[in-house]
Amino acid sequence: MRQLFDRDTWIEIFQSIRKNKLRTFLTMIGVFIGIYIYIGLSGASKGLDNGFEKAFESIARNSMFVFSSSTSKPYAGYKTGRRIQLKLEDADVLRQQVPEIMAIAPRNVRGNFGTAPGIIKRGARSGSYSVFGDFPEFTKIATKKIYDGGRFINDSDILQERKVCVIGERTQKELFDEDEDPIGGYIAIEDVNFQVVGVHKFAGGGPFDNDSDIFIPFSTYKKIYNTGDNVSWFTIAAYDDADVIQAEKDIKATLRRIHKVDPTDEKAIGAFNLGEVFKKIFDFSNGLTFLSLIVGIATILAGVIGIGNILLISVKERTKELGVRRALGATPSEVRNQIIIEALVLILLAGIIGIICGAITLAGLGAAFGGGDFPYENPTVPIPYVIMSLVLMIVLGILIGLIPAQRAVSIKPIDALREE
Amino acid sequence: MIQIENLHKSYKMGSNSLHVLKGINFSVKEGELVAIMGSSGSGKSTLLNILGMLDELDEGSYDLDGVPIKNLNETKAANYRNKFLGFVFQSFNLINYKNAMENVALPLYYQRVGRKERQEKALKYLDQVGLKEWADHLPSELSGGQKQRVAIARAMAAEPKVLLADEPTGALDSTTSYEVMDLIQKINDQGNTILIVTHEEDIAHMCKRIVHLKDGVILEDKKVDQVRADQYVQ
Repeated sequence: MRQLFDRDTWIEIFQSIRKNKLRTFLTMIGVFIGIYIYIGLSGASKGLDNGFEKAFESIARNSMFVFSSSTSKPYAGYKTGRRIQLKLEDADVLRQQVPEIMAIAPRNVRGNFGTAPGIIKRGARSGSYSVFGDFPEFTKIATKKIYDGGRFINDSDILQERKVCVIGERTQKELFDEDEDPIGGYIAIEDVNFQVVGVHKFAGGGPFDNDSDIFIPFSTYKKIYNTGDNVSWFTIAAYDDADVIQAEKDIKATLRRIHKVDPTDEKAIGAFNLGEVFKKIFDFSNGLTFLSLIVGIATILAGVIGIGNILLISVKERTKELGVRRALGATPSEVRNQIIIEALVLILLAGIIGIICGAITLAGLGAAFGGGDFPYENPTVPIPYVIMSLVLMIVLGILIGLIPAQRAVSIKPIDALREE
Repeated sequence: MIQIENLHKSYKMGSNSLHVLKGINFSVKEGELVAIMGSSGSGKSTLLNILGMLDELDEGSYDLDGVPIKNLNETKAANYRNKFLGFVFQSFNLINYKNAMENVALPLYYQRVGRKERQEKALKYLDQVGLKEWADHLPSELSGGQKQRVAIARAMAAEPKVLLADEPTGALDSTTSYEVMDLIQKINDQGNTILIVTHEEDIAHMCKRIVHLKDGVILEDKKVDQVRADQYVQ
């Protein structure tokens, strides 16, 4: 310990490291590459992870979309090809019968699935936008960031069939002047005036969302477009701990029962299970993280062994020097510690340079890919991982340093000094 | 200063053992300058190694300045070497990446002498061997004689009780040899005890006493009239 904090020890060590630059360089390169790969790979996989997370941040992880189509099998006297129409009351049945459901939002839309978009006018300006009929419960599944001063559709909007709407960023830009506050302003949807109560920030996520949409209360929607209790699709979120795949099966089975569809008819009731997709994506990125851990540790290990190897050779080369030191009064433990500290300094130096270079590379990658369409965001390596890899290097360094150190100590000064 | 009684040492060479030292009785008083002579294989280097605690004796006793030297572990031996002994080798054994001053300071480092004091002392001893201006030169920039003088300064820096020199002039030409011997004599004049292993008659006669070894026993142990080396040095 005394040796570790002695300035002279470090002078001795840096002298001996400096005296053989090639050896030092070769020794360090293995560990450098190891830690560089580890940092690079795990940072990159973290970047992918963050990228996916950001891409889907606005939607519940274990959510799904359930929609209807035509039957593909005859059942209960009905023939094949019957068009199934989801109804508003299906939601209540599902809520009762499928306990995994946390929230269910029946939705209608104009402007998707082959329907014509709504015609929106404001003064002299007009445009076509997707119009959604929504319940407030929708925000439990897909959060809509509403800009200051605004709100989303609420329960009394539904009850009183209010003519209010929430518009997208682009809708605002196209229908309102830049310095105009859209909240409280009016737009005409299908020639009916609606008051704007909120502007939502666009966040990619829902497969049908964009930045130029308009949300109105479900009850108002059905009056304007005369859709009755028809529902285009259900957006459903399961509880966090629920098995989304089982939930999807249960929901489909229930809907088939309600609409008298053959229980084996896979086509009539369709679903897009985001939870399942998320699980696959996160399994993939977890796999990537694990892989980078394995590769990184293996490479660090190889590098450390390389350092041990080269130090072993250098101890042999320095036999005479070590013998002289012993003759001049160096104790075996002083010699041993010197070799171990040398190994440690080399490893840590290489490791820290590797970490810095890895971080620079990650920053470069983040700047190049971040923010774009590619799901790659803020590639970082968690500090505990970095510390863990440093600790690993220190432990391995001491262990591997022990081998050449023991060799150095086992050389008797008399043998070292014997004339060749 | 040195007291050796009935010293035996043998080396195992495979199945047969080689009896190198066969009962040496020998003592050195403070301030002596002793040459140990003998042909190769006579055991003179083995004797010096045992004196230098680089090797252990098999039988007999060895007292150094009243301290019995026996059953040493490596750490203890290292501390004794550091405290009691200075070494001068035939091939100098300077550390090639340290400059002259750092080489001289090395035994002081192992004595845990502070950095500043170490440098001062090292410079003082370099001055004594006449190489103060060469303090920041690497061994590769020094001549053979200069290297040996640095080595002597290094041996003296720890202020040892005994200076052990193993063929100190073996790698030097005669002019340089005399310079080195002149230096050794001057150090001896200051009262330091010095043992020199050599096989050169003229070097031996520059000491005050010659011990002849042959086949592991002392053949002859005589005082001689010292030949001063400075008469050969310009």
